[in-house]
Amino acid sequence: MSKKLLMGNEAIAFGAIRAGVNVVTGYPGTPSTEVLETIAHNNPGDLYVEWSVNEKSAMEIAAGAAYSGARTMVTMKQVGLNVAADPLMTLAYIGVKGGMVILVADDPGPFSSQTEQDTRHFAKFSNLPVLDPSTPEEAYEMVQYAFELSELVKLPVFLRPTTRVCHACATIDVDDGRISNKPEGFVKDLNWVIFPNLSYRKHIHIEKLQDELSDIFSKLKFNQVYGKGRLGVAVSGVAYTYVTEAVEKLKADIKVFKAGTPYPLPKDKAEEFLSGLDEVLVFEELDPVLEEELTLYCAANKKNVNILGKKTHHLPCAGEYTFELVYSALAKFIGVEIAEGEKAEIPALPTRAPVLCAGCPHRASFYATKVALKGQKAVFSGDIGCYTLGNAKPLDMVDTCLCMGAGITVAQGIHRTQPDTKNVAFVGDSTFFHTGIPGIINAVYNNTDITVIILDNSTTAMTGHQPHPGIGKTMMNSISNKIDIYSVVKACGVGHITKGNPLDFKNAVELIKQAVEFNGPSVVIFEAPCIALFKPTELYEVNENCKNCKRCINTIGCPAISIMDGEVKIEPSLCYGCGLCTNVCPFNAIRRCEK
Amino acid sequence: MINSKYDILIAGVGGQGTVLASRLIAAAAIKQGSFARTSETIGMSQRGGCVVSHVRINSEKSGSIIPFNTADMLIGFELAEVARNMQRLSKEGCCIINTQVIKPVSASLGASQYDIEGITKYIEDNSKEIYFIDGYDIAKEAGSVKAVNVVLLGAATAVGKMPFSKEVMLEAIVENVPQKFRELNEKAFVMGYDFISTTQSK
Repeated sequence: MSKKLLMGNEAIAFGAIRAGVNVVTGYPGTPSTEVLETIAHNNPGDLYVEWSVNEKSAMEIAAGAAYSGARTMVTMKQVGLNVAADPLMTLAYIGVKGGMVILVADDPGPFSSQTEQDTRHFAKFSNLPVLDPSTPEEAYEMVQYAFELSELVKLPVFLRPTTRVCHACATIDVDDGRISNKPEGFVKDLNWVIFPNLSYRKHIHIEKLQDELSDIFSKLKFNQVYGKGRLGVAVSGVAYTYVTEAVEKLKADIKVFKAGTPYPLPKDKAEEFLSGLDEVLVFEELDPVLEEELTLYCAANKKNVNILGKKTHHLPCAGEYTFELVYSALAKFIGVEIAEGEKAEIPALPTRAPVLCAGCPHRASFYATKVALKGQKAVFSGDIGCYTLGNAKPLDMVDTCLCMGAGITVAQGIHRTQPDTKNVAFVGDSTFFHTGIPGIINAVYNNTDITVIILDNSTTAMTGHQPHPGIGKTMMNSISNKIDIYSVVKACGVGHITKGNPLDFKNAVELIKQAVEFNGPSVVIFEAPCIALFKPTELYEVNENCKNCKRCINTIGCPAISIMDGEVKIEPSLCYGCGLCTNVCPFNAIRRCEK
Repeated sequence: MINSKYDILIAGVGGQGTVLASRLIAAAAIKQGSFARTSETIGMSQRGGCVVSHVRINSEKSGSIIPFNTADMLIGFELAEVARNMQRLSKEGCCIINTQVIKPVSASLGASQYDIEGITKYIEDNSKEIYFIDGYDIAKEAGSVKAVNVVLLGAATAVGKMPFSKEVMLEAIVENVPQKFRELNEKAFVMGYDFISTTQSK
């Protein structure tokens, strides 16, 4: 045993290693990413870890390994689960032999996601059990139990932490031992082949299993009932920590149901909680999953208990919960008035929205596109990645953003409605491999006149620099053949493909002009590494030619350039020496200097 | 002192090393036998966005986020970010503030304003115990502007309220930074510590 400060994601990783996981797959997505990375970096040697091209592939690889008796885990964020929904739904019928954990991180807030969708619905939808940790230390224990449970019921099991579990750290007693699990290999059996007759039988089986799961969960330590009174609080996930803190502060006499397994509902535990209660307030982030389960239970069992929560507008249906929100809702629920402290007026503060880093090559690509299309009617379809930040002023170059890979296809849709507009789609290198390729094939097949600009910065930057098929490195530290984006695009049948460095500015503008003029699908590949991959050797500084016209600030919005004491200044600790600013300065007032 | 609950908030801008600073404080607490929790902003804004780290010591039964008006200490890495997070500081809490100003693009574009005087006045009016320090210059003098986080850890330790000693904090830093930066960080820590030790608050 050793005491470590572990992030929730690291705790899950160490828990999985301890549980003898054999195969781990995933696709990076905040807040889930560090789980797979931590496993790769602490690989005891006999464990296979990969970043797959997308979540569907990752799910299918983990399933195949679990068919063969391996303990497997697949990791992703909540929107990634949509991509993997197809194999998921059938896998719930087919089941597994080795324990399989589906780690999906949800993002209340949201902090870095397109949606606030709740993975517990997917658990319900697929009839698979879900464990919902409230702290990193609980996540460490839950992931180990999840493998056991999965093998017991022969189904994949969801572990669904949220951002405040994934990215919070806690002091955890880590057991350095490891359960040994040797997969026996794939044994042929008709039960691995989904056919209508099998799926009918499996549907009956999985429905019946729900009651068994409910019984198992009622005896589980992750579900607890304590306290007394006629008022109760039911809580799932990280909101439990806010509830404990609020109950202590209010010295509230209240019955608490900590539901570590929101689906299927542990009915015996729910019965123990609900008996003798008049009213229950349910705290859970995202959707009213536990609330609905309790309401249904009361209706089905003729229990006269009022269930309050999101459905009854006692709690907000969106956004992250906080201690303050839980505290005031609980105070109101138990009829205690809380004094509002007087607060001083906060002065106007500058907004500090996330922006492209100083020196980011995407800034050059966006600006070159803007210059190349100046005066033309154009729509710019963005995608998921750092470059979504190209929407910020002054670049203002992202008109649409839907989901991974959709920029290319949305542009095609817009083209069908307004053919007189130039339609340009941006996609990153990792996103290209994830779901970008089918969109390009579609444009070629249907001969749609769009231009796709592939922003290849040699990494998956937004989630923290994971490798992908274009890098030639794997999570097993081996070197593989790089998949060349140019060749793939060519093989897709695109008629006009060029490649260049966006920081070679004049040429970049020319490449875009040619591509946009081309009649039919065209592709420009811009290659320049993410600034996190190198250290700058030269910087730029403002000299005496500066007329304070602020064109450098107003056109490209580089965070290293600001006005200090009335003068334009480049902060040397932020500059990355990309030199894009020299292309916009009309007075030759920005000059290269040594680092 | 070792068993007392202590909440520290760290506020700054992505790229300043706030997350590492919070981990180092937690490491020192664990070294001393305490339980520690942290929570921080990760993702979306790799550099340049608002970053807040919460460190809660002896917090087994609490969440990882420090509630409003309860933080014992606020370590501010950037002036405006201090003001943005003052609401979490308790009335009796102390505040260590790096005077460095990092203007966001929005301010350079004129879309929002950065009123240094107004912000400073707000901070002074709403905290009893404040220490201002030019961490950027001190870190530069220590050898690298990147050591600003450790300068501020030195300053925060010098206030003498954290539930562990100066020695434990320094050990936690030395053990958790790469070998080649140890000397730099040790120097930065001592310079930050000495600056506060020899300066009066407010």
